[in-house]
Amino acid sequence: MNKLYIFLKYFFIVVWTVFVVAPFLWALTTSFKDFQSVNGGVTYIPWVDFEPNLEGWKVLIKSPAKGGVDIVEPYFNSLFVTCTASLISIILGTLSAYALSRYTFKAGFVKNNDITFFFISQRIMPPIVLSIPFFLFLSSINLLDSLTGLIVVYIVLLMPIAVWIMVDFFNKVPREIDETALIDGCNPYQAFLKVVLPNSIPGLIVAGMFCIIFGWIDFFFAFILTFTEVQLLPVKIVALNSSVTPWWSLSASALVSVAPLIIVAFIVERYLSKGNLSGAIK
Amino acid sequence: MNFKHKYFFLFPGLFVLIGILIFPIIFVVRLSLSGWNSYNPGLDYIGLENYIRLFTDDPRFWESFFRLSFLSVTTVILQYVIGFALAHMVWKDIKFKRFFRVLFLVPMMTTPVIMTVIWRTFFHESLGPVNDMLSVFGVAPKWLTDPVIAKFTVIIVEVWQWTPFMFLLLLAGLLSLPKEPFLAAAIDGASPVRKFIYVTFPLMAPISIGAIIIRLIEASKIMDTVYVLTSGGPGTSTETSSFYIFIKGLREFQMGYAASMSFTYLIIMIISLTIIAKVLTKLLLKE
Repeated sequence: MNKLYIFLKYFFIVVWTVFVVAPFLWALTTSFKDFQSVNGGVTYIPWVDFEPNLEGWKVLIKSPAKGGVDIVEPYFNSLFVTCTASLISIILGTLSAYALSRYTFKAGFVKNNDITFFFISQRIMPPIVLSIPFFLFLSSINLLDSLTGLIVVYIVLLMPIAVWIMVDFFNKVPREIDETALIDGCNPYQAFLKVVLPNSIPGLIVAGMFCIIFGWIDFFFAFILTFTEVQLLPVKIVALNSSVTPWWSLSASALVSVAPLIIVAFIVERYLSKGNLSGAIK
Repeated sequence: MNFKHKYFFLFPGLFVLIGILIFPIIFVVRLSLSGWNSYNPGLDYIGLENYIRLFTDDPRFWESFFRLSFLSVTTVILQYVIGFALAHMVWKDIKFKRFFRVLFLVPMMTTPVIMTVIWRTFFHESLGPVNDMLSVFGVAPKWLTDPVIAKFTVIIVEVWQWTPFMFLLLLAGLLSLPKEPFLAAAIDGASPVRKFIYVTFPLMAPISIGAIIIRLIEASKIMDTVYVLTSGGPGTSTETSSFYIFIKGLREFQMGYAASMSFTYLIIMIISLTIIAKVLTKLLLKE
């Protein structure tokens, strides 16, 4: 019985591992192929099935004029938009979360929990509902196809995540900390900046990681609200897909775009194992 | 505590969010009452005409909505079962525990559309590895062009992409459980299966509800995967509500009609998610 359980457990883990890794391995081998080894039948192992070359990787940094795809600029656009929007969301979200965790608000029937729910419920909003008014609105103030426009939209996507994680985190930071600071003569802002924030760094990191994940992986708004002036990485790579489909550069660019977030996976796991994520979902 | 300070903390975030959102929402409602399209761009007033068209004369919207329900419910159930199993397996000590934890998290860190581009080559009918391996058995499923199989391809990709999120939430929950009930079960000599049914699962019920709702909310937005993988095809067999609204609004520029659809869609989403949350709470929290 016990042996069967252990066997099944490892069997399942191995099957899932293969499933998780398969597309990455496929992309990795494909990125070294040329036209012949993609279109002449399915090939797997470099040097045995096909002769690897670096063409797929080289075109990534060539300018389009020389037949390259140049993903350097979209890459930095993506980084810039994601980081700026995450930073703004974290700052505003943390302030609001602190208020919701420490003070009581009452306006008619609206109480703390309702305000918290209002923040979080913005995730329910299907992107398509916002996309049409945003499209018309941004085009009327000439922010369509610009980085600023995208950052504004991303704040709506990311702030709910920041508030959600930080409210739970502040609830776990003992109130005595702020009270002691206030008695010691700090004003509320000093107490928040000097005492509460330093004790909330794990929460801030987790919230930051989630904002970065959900900002980095967004495609929809970038796709609808930008065209040629500003291109984000996912849009650029998907555009490659529609034309002749050069599988090798497609695979190489996919791997390059996925790479930075693998680091995020390590950080998230670290905080998960320490138990810093546990409060967030109750 | 001082009463004035609290507003300085709360209001910047709240007002930025309301400021960015309030205009679009009011605008969608107003737009849905107009006949804005590419010939006639403008906010005229045509009453409830768009809504009447939607409710009486547009089976494609309702089909896409039921398809979306099917896809999101199926993927979330699969994600929950697999995610729970995986989380349970790497919860206690196994070899390379932290390696597997990181590995199982990786797919959610990847951009869905970009991975979907890779999946497209993976499931390519003549040049992809899946059909190449299946050719040993003499079968070659049309992963992307058969109306039925294409749905399952979407499900496979969604499960790959988002099971890690479920895994993350459930593992965080498992790690936060108190130790005492498990000690008691061990003293009573409960078998692993009984321990799971009577101790682990009930303790995890509130976390499960949270995780399922969060995933359902995200799954109800399925759109980029579909756009890249099949473009809603073959025919309309993988078209979801968001995708249909996208076609009407931003491809055919029937803004007014698309606005009425998106407002209806939002209302349906809010109502059905509330009902699902209530039902799940009743089912899983019996005592």
